Amino acid sequence: VTSAVEFMLPGALAAAPPLPILALASLEGWSTLVVLGPLVAAIVALNGKAPFIRAGLVLGSGATLLGAAGLALTVWAEGPGRHLVGGWGRPLGIELWIDGFSVVMVGVAAVVGAGVSLYASGYFGDVSELTARGAPAGRGARFFAPLWLLLLASLNAIFLSGDIFNLYVALEILGLCAAAMVTLAVTGQATVAAMRYLVISLLGSMLFLLGVALLYVGYGTLSLEGLAEIGPSGPLAGAALTVMTLGLAAKTALFPFHAWLPPAHAGAPAPASALLSGLVVKGSFFILVRLWIQVYGGATAGGLAVMGFLGGAAILWGSVLALRQTSLKRLIAYSTVAQLGYLFVMFPLLTQIPEGWSTDAWGGGIYHAASHALAKAAMFLAAGSMSYAVARDAISSIGGIAHRLPMSFLAFGLGGLSLAGIPPSGGFVAKWLLLRAALDGGRWGWAVLIAVGGLLTVAYVLMVLRHALEAPPAGEQTEFRPVPRRMEWAAMVLAIGAVVLGIRAVEMLEMLERGGVRPWG
Amino acid sequence: VQLIPVVPWQALPLAVVLSSFVPGIAIMFLREDQRILRSALNMGGAVAKLVFVGMMLQGVAAGFSYEWRFQVLPGLDITFVGDALALLFVTLSAVLWLVTTLYAIGYLEGSPNRTRFFSFFSLCVTATTGIAMAGDLFTFVLFYEALTWATYPLVVHSGSPKAVRAGRTYLLYTLVAGTALVVGAVWFQVAAGTVDFAAGGALDPDQVRADPLRHLALFMLLMLGMGVKAALVPLHGWLPVAMVAPAPVSALLHAVAVVKAGAFGVVRLLHSLFGIEVAVEIGAAGIVAGAASFTIVYGSLRALAQDDLKRLLAFSTVSQLSYIALGTALLSPMAQVGGLVHLVHQGLMKVTLFFCAGILSWTLGITKVSEMGGVARRMPVTMLAFSVAALGMIGLPPMAGFLSKWYLGVGALGAEAPWVIPVLLTSSLLNAAYFLPVVRTAYFDDPAGAWGSPQAADPRGAGERAAPGPRYSAAATKGSRRWRARRFRLETDWRLLVPAVVTATISLAAGLFGRAGWSPLSWTELIVGRGIL
Repeated sequence: VTSAVEFMLPGALAAAPPLPILALASLEGWSTLVVLGPLVAAIVALNGKAPFIRAGLVLGSGATLLGAAGLALTVWAEGPGRHLVGGWGRPLGIELWIDGFSVVMVGVAAVVGAGVSLYASGYFGDVSELTARGAPAGRGARFFAPLWLLLLASLNAIFLSGDIFNLYVALEILGLCAAAMVTLAVTGQATVAAMRYLVISLLGSMLFLLGVALLYVGYGTLSLEGLAEIGPSGPLAGAALTVMTLGLAAKTALFPFHAWLPPAHAGAPAPASALLSGLVVKGSFFILVRLWIQVYGGATAGGLAVMGFLGGAAILWGSVLALRQTSLKRLIAYSTVAQLGYLFVMFPLLTQIPEGWSTDAWGGGIYHAASHALAKAAMFLAAGSMSYAVARDAISSIGGIAHRLPMSFLAFGLGGLSLAGIPPSGGFVAKWLLLRAALDGGRWGWAVLIAVGGLLTVAYVLMVLRHALEAPPAGEQTEFRPVPRRMEWAAMVLAIGAVVLGIRAVEMLEMLERGGVRPWG
Repeated sequence: VQLIPVVPWQALPLAVVLSSFVPGIAIMFLREDQRILRSALNMGGAVAKLVFVGMMLQGVAAGFSYEWRFQVLPGLDITFVGDALALLFVTLSAVLWLVTTLYAIGYLEGSPNRTRFFSFFSLCVTATTGIAMAGDLFTFVLFYEALTWATYPLVVHSGSPKAVRAGRTYLLYTLVAGTALVVGAVWFQVAAGTVDFAAGGALDPDQVRADPLRHLALFMLLMLGMGVKAALVPLHGWLPVAMVAPAPVSALLHAVAVVKAGAFGVVRLLHSLFGIEVAVEIGAAGIVAGAASFTIVYGSLRALAQDDLKRLLAFSTVSQLSYIALGTALLSPMAQVGGLVHLVHQGLMKVTLFFCAGILSWTLGITKVSEMGGVARRMPVTMLAFSVAALGMIGLPPMAGFLSKWYLGVGALGAEAPWVIPVLLTSSLLNAAYFLPVVRTAYFDDPAGAWGSPQAADPRGAGERAAPGPRYSAAATKGSRRWRARRFRLETDWRLLVPAVVTATISLAAGLFGRAGWSPLSWTELIVGRGIL
């Protein structure tokens, strides 16, 4: 064990002459692994034959898991760090910035990604057989893995990026992959939703790029750290922040820009839905936090309040619409709209203490992002197993599924309860911290909003659970397709992960303090 | 005399919690037909829990106290404390879990979904022991919320529309309350800077006196959370409806675990969070005592009008539970002893009554008081146990209920709250008015006709009628015919009869030997005497 730790922590080996292979076990090495690993794996999977697809999924997920663990240990021991790829300095080089926030998000992406990869290998079936038949499902089987691995690489690049131009590049790839994944469902509806998603996504990236250009003109640097040190202010900086925020808010589906999300997330194949709802929207959220809080230092209190109000509206509106859905996946998609609202409620709560930053809001908000990723992915995967079994998606068609697929039912339930903040779960810890941030400043409005949102969440989760427990719809004896065990297990593991987050939060919260709310200020 | 040496093992409280958690999770993975393994896990866990609790009792009696902590968040731990107060509740749940498990195995023999039932049954007991031993508000909230969810599948167990409706009502009440509790708990942490339970209160009294209204609001928010499970009027609406659950659930959960969790929460709120002196000063204790008194009379009045036996018992529970809140809200050690000891006394008596009600419906299909004419001739042992518990509830000396009421009454005079006396008298009269007719009907009325079979009334819920397992109906029909045919058989399945007799005997002994060292009363006096409250 000791030697393994020493291997992971190069600081312990500083005295010894560095071997070339050990140089890889550093911030640089691990960062390269989590970005290049999935990229190489995507190329492998593009081959299109079953063994290559499988190898790509294993390679990509494995590289991210290993790299995330390495990053976590390094940042834990040494604190946050920067890295200039290839030694090229500013403004030409690619700058990376790795702090606790990055590590947590990469870790979440790695775990959720591994679960989804496992699930996908069962969900899409045998690629060679499907392609040979010319079945439409063959498209999913053939292209899901490369798209997803490319998406993973771009997501990790966002989490590690230290300058805004790289952020733009990664964001663009992320958006393209995500929209392409929706089309894998090969239904007319999904294609329309994917087109809409693509347009919104491109528009969002364009706005972001405009902001990047404005900042570069104004300050001559693209580095997040450099910008933070300057402390952008004035009309130019304000305009840049405004256009970037508009673009990112549209990509994150913040109310009132959320209309594209439910058809896209509900229309995609189940593993893609899990990725879109669990991870992809967190990418643009991540950039928003970096910009608003860490570069602009909170910008203006009014701006933060507006973000919070929109988040609050998203919680209420998304939940109410979730309650009105008849399609299972649409319900979960609207739930995403609502849950993303909590992430924006974090913004005004962050600055409540005069002349300071609330670590409660910081921990609670990011904790919510992490536990939502796990729980929501588990729910989409479990719902996918249910629809897979009965070959349809209406909530009324899953009657009695609890007896047929008890594990999927349990995974859905645990995920849902975590969203609702029922203990023990990551959602509960997040809710406790956010509530404390609100009550600490006596801001009862936010506290009531957080509490009411939790109750609404229970209401729509229960709507599904109740149907699943009921007897199957009379008259139509639905035929039941057996579900591969690995699909059920993948959902269950992610749901258990969401529960475990609620049992031990100390390390992750401390990790978030590596860098903290303001790493550069 | 020390029979076994004191075990100074700090993780004992954790062992107590795990002894029902592990079987609960393990059972979840069993197949429906693995009957023997399931029962072995259940009974094994229940016996193990009792052994662990016994070890802790031994230690605490010798002056030792147990504490186990696990950090969840900075400044927030899962804390289990094994002190005298925690053990009062834990011992009650452990003993009653053992007998109720035996009862449930007999009661549900051959019915569907037993794996789910026993799994969640064990998880409920886990949550209850967690609540009992919680050393801070965070742990309390954690298990309090978990209890809500572990109970839900048991309430809707039969799957009938009525049960599903009852489940929805239950969740509506408990989840709103749970939300209030969580918000209140966070508020408490912000206000007090800690969530640890402390003897005499965790809040600084001067801070409370400086801003009494604000702290009264905090108290009321937390009280809303506790009050629903404690079934204080007007928050009691879920309890009578939830009686649609199978008899073992009503017995253990709705007479002991869930409602006692609420009552115990009221005790913690008054004594460990605010401190009773301060609570009295800001008027919080007065509000609790007033609401409890109203509930005592109101529940009894509603019970008078019930013909359905389980509903009658449910309203009786509503009424009797509030003795605990009433006693502990008074500024008098005597009254506090009376309230706390009623936690045990009421549990023992009420579980017996529910056991008997379950036996009547399981064996003969009787669910209404009006159908009970002469049933004591057919089921003498059951009705004897029923009568013992009913007389105890009324509070006839020297039964256990009398001791509770006596301490409450004397304590109330000491706390200069003489208005409690008429409340107690009215309640006792009303108790007699709804329990004695039941006993009279059972002993002195004539049977209306031949005894029915459980099929006729379907005691186990309408949903099982909709989807009857083949084994279930066959076994039950054969069973009831067998009871009638043979002369020297017991009056019902031994697994149902033994628990009822055991709990009736313990409740009788708790009253008769109230001064003995091991009685609940002596233990409660120890709690109050040690100043743990």
